Amino acid sequence: MKILIVDDFSTMRRIIKNLLRDLGYNNTAEADDGNTALPMLKKGGFDFLVTDWNMPGMDGLQLLKNVRAEEDLKTLPVLMVTAESKREQIIEAAQAGVNGYIVKPFTAATLKEKIDKIFERIESA
Amino acid sequence: MSTETMDLEQYADKARELLTAIEAGDREEVGQRLDELTRLRETELFREVGKLTRELHEALKTFRTDNRLGDLVATEIPDAQDRLNHVIELTENAAHRTLTALEESLETLSGIGSEGRELAAEWQRFRQREMAAPEFRELSKRMDDFFERLQRESDEVHGKLTDALMAQDYQDLTGQIIRRVMKLVKEVEDGLVSLISLSAPQRGTEERKAADNKTGEGTGDGTTLEGPQVPGHESDTAVSGQDEVDDLLSSLGF
Repeated sequence: MKILIVDDFSTMRRIIKNLLRDLGYNNTAEADDGNTALPMLKKGGFDFLVTDWNMPGMDGLQLLKNVRAEEDLKTLPVLMVTAESKREQIIEAAQAGVNGYIVKPFTAATLKEKIDKIFERIESA
Repeated sequence: MSTETMDLEQYADKARELLTAIEAGDREEVGQRLDELTRLRETELFREVGKLTRELHEALKTFRTDNRLGDLVATEIPDAQDRLNHVIELTENAAHRTLTALEESLETLSGIGSEGRELAAEWQRFRQREMAAPEFRELSKRMDDFFERLQRESDEVHGKLTDALMAQDYQDLTGQIIRRVMKLVKEVEDGLVSLISLSAPQRGTEERKAADNKTGEGTGDGTTLEGPQVPGHESDTAVSGQDEVDDLLSSLGF
């Protein structure tokens, strides 16, 4: 299981990376915005994407839309972890095809719960 | 011929006539020439005052139509103060959370360490056959308890250190808030530059254009991103926590 973590704040990337390691996901890579992340994803090999929304360059929503538009990536599970907490934004992300949505600040338990749920749904599909 | 040169020539003419009158000793004529000079001076003053009045009027008109600076002062500066206060609060809470987690973990670790050292010494005595059977039964009971303690307390320390890890999310949250305040400061700066440029119109346009470029973060398709909600300034449509996010998403069939 290889996971890409995308956030413009390196501290947040480290936090998520550590939490994922705690959950048993040791194989992670990092990118600081959509422009860096997209080519990495296109190269292949990633099974899961955790992304922030508000980032300079290409933001998380745009990244999500680009991922969904790629033939090879359109089924990649995407979890958004963001401080954006307006209802219309959550709906917009859902419509763009996000698999899970976590608002910052979040807890380790929330991250585990959402990831478990995403994979449960994928396995049962 | 420029107005200034014309003025100077008029002054010279009047002055020469005044001098002739003084030399001729004609008091009446001197008075009359002085009056004429004064009038000339007054006309020039009125013209200057008129010009200034017009400029002031124009400046006020432009300022009134560009009331963004007024908005900034009235609403966004106090708002920025609240945001920065929230930053102080977030960093303070994060520091306390981290320190508490570390203090408690250190205490737990030193407890485990000292009991471990005691037991190791006892175990050493047993290995060197310096321990009687009843004493050994006591030791093995203590070791059982210690192993249990190790498992329990290492889980506790793990939880506390994870909490210290999570507390570092303040950097992302405050960073986003500070960026917004920096944008506001830039906007105020641009507004002030454009205000200054009103009093020096010849170099105004470019700076004013810069100030007119209103800020607002886009997401490429018109959504304005707000970043973390600040207490007392929450958006009407913001959710209040992860539970509401989950409810909203499940209402959408997630």
